Amino acid sequence: MAEKILMKGNEAIAYAAINCGCDGYFGYPITPQSEVMETLMQEKPWETTGMVVLQAESETSSINMVYGGASCGKKVMTSSSSPGISLMCEGLSYLAGCELPCLVVNVMRGGPGLGTIQPSQSDYFQATKGGGHGDYRTIVLAPASVQDMYDFVDLSFELAFKYRNPVMILGDGIVGQMMEKVELSPAKPRRTDEEVRTLCDSWATLGKPASRPGNIVTSLALDADIMERHNIHLQNKYATIESEEVRYETYKTEDAEYLIVAFGCMSRISENVVELAREDGIKLGVLRPITLYPYPEKALDALVPRMKSIMSVELNSGQMVEDVRRIAAGRVPVHFYGRQGGVIPSPEEIYEAFVKTIKK
Amino acid sequence: MKEEIIIAGFGGQGVLSMGKILAYGGIMQDQEVTWMPSYGPEMRGGTCNVSVILSDNKISSPILSRFDTAIILNQQSLDKFESRVKPGGVLIYDPNGITRHPERKDIKVCRIAAADEAAKLGNAKAYNMIVLGAYLKVKPIVTMANVLEGLRKSLPERHHGLIPMNEQAISIGMKAVEIL
Repeated sequence: MAEKILMKGNEAIAYAAINCGCDGYFGYPITPQSEVMETLMQEKPWETTGMVVLQAESETSSINMVYGGASCGKKVMTSSSSPGISLMCEGLSYLAGCELPCLVVNVMRGGPGLGTIQPSQSDYFQATKGGGHGDYRTIVLAPASVQDMYDFVDLSFELAFKYRNPVMILGDGIVGQMMEKVELSPAKPRRTDEEVRTLCDSWATLGKPASRPGNIVTSLALDADIMERHNIHLQNKYATIESEEVRYETYKTEDAEYLIVAFGCMSRISENVVELAREDGIKLGVLRPITLYPYPEKALDALVPRMKSIMSVELNSGQMVEDVRRIAAGRVPVHFYGRQGGVIPSPEEIYEAFVKTIKK
Repeated sequence: MKEEIIIAGFGGQGVLSMGKILAYGGIMQDQEVTWMPSYGPEMRGGTCNVSVILSDNKISSPILSRFDTAIILNQQSLDKFESRVKPGGVLIYDPNGITRHPERKDIKVCRIAAADEAAKLGNAKAYNMIVLGAYLKVKPIVTMANVLEGLRKSLPERHHGLIPMNEQAISIGMKAVEIL
């Protein structure tokens, strides 16, 4: 049996990065995710795997260091929290436009503006609908446990290189700060220069060999026809991602007549709500999207006709509920319950709100 | 078995590390655990709390509104958490600095004069382990062997010399706790 270690979600991100052969981390401290870089600095992976860990002078600088590292075919990442991610969004758009692989971790806190350091899920729109400008998509994974935080780092890099696309782990202050036991995965060594060349020679800027023209990493195309072709190519790629990479979990939906849709920490709190409901004889289940983009459209679509009503539970003023309503398409009532600004509802509080919706 | 605990006091009393050692003890006996700290303005001084869950089964919500046990180390925390102990649950508190004592009759109230005991021992840092000892006496959910193994896991190796002192402090807490 693999060793199980007690750690914080933020620490798990750092240990997973070293373990899965990440080449470089560039970041700037911000609560509630500062332990990511603190742990990396403490572990000194530059002495073991050769991984670079660098504190940049700002988030803008971090994401552009990621841009540079990714252009060279390296496994690179950054992490921040909501206000810092806003600063990175320009860079994210460029990375997506240039089709570069990278991992961005957002441990969300309440906003808008500087907001609060307490947990929130108010960056759902930013993560799944854009953030930066232009018609681009980021693959978004929503961890609900410390084990997820650990496992999703390697998964993110796999997806990022498979699709040459930025991947975001969209956590929150709860999964970042909470400690749980984590089962460690077998270590992957960092890719050698030769492996990078084999894998990324068609696009990365690795130095031009005589055998091929130089690779150019750019998101600029002044000719509208060329730009449109590139956009269509991106949209085709996103369509593949939407058909291949959907991930979700269900909890007691087999016989459910009511459904809660919740992601991240809220999906776990909602499981307790299911228990409260079932004690009262109400058949409630939970759908937990693991990928927020691509969204589990078909899974939700298939559940809708069996439900009397659906409630989206989020730590925001109602963001994912727009997707739930779109998919439910008026077939059943869709309600929303959320707390904002860093307040976390208890299972009892959510249950009370749920009971009100079914009595209407 | 599922035990949901809140440990609350001032920053610097060792609230978070006590929770961590307890959680590690749970892992040593193959249980599921969560450790959820208050990390807000509290960690910049003032009150501080951590909720710890130990369970034989998968833990859903790490966020709790009611607790099986509350371990209370200052007046603010007593005021905040006394009402949130489940009926039949346990409240353990250190009377040091407490002006309004627990009033509930439907829970088991226990007192541990940990500040006094730590002073007698001449080691203020043993404070949280004395409190942990009191808790483990009242609710022996983690064995001493697993607590010590948890300590070994959570302390950096250079501090392993301190483990016997911690063991002694836990024993002191076990003896000194009063069930009211």
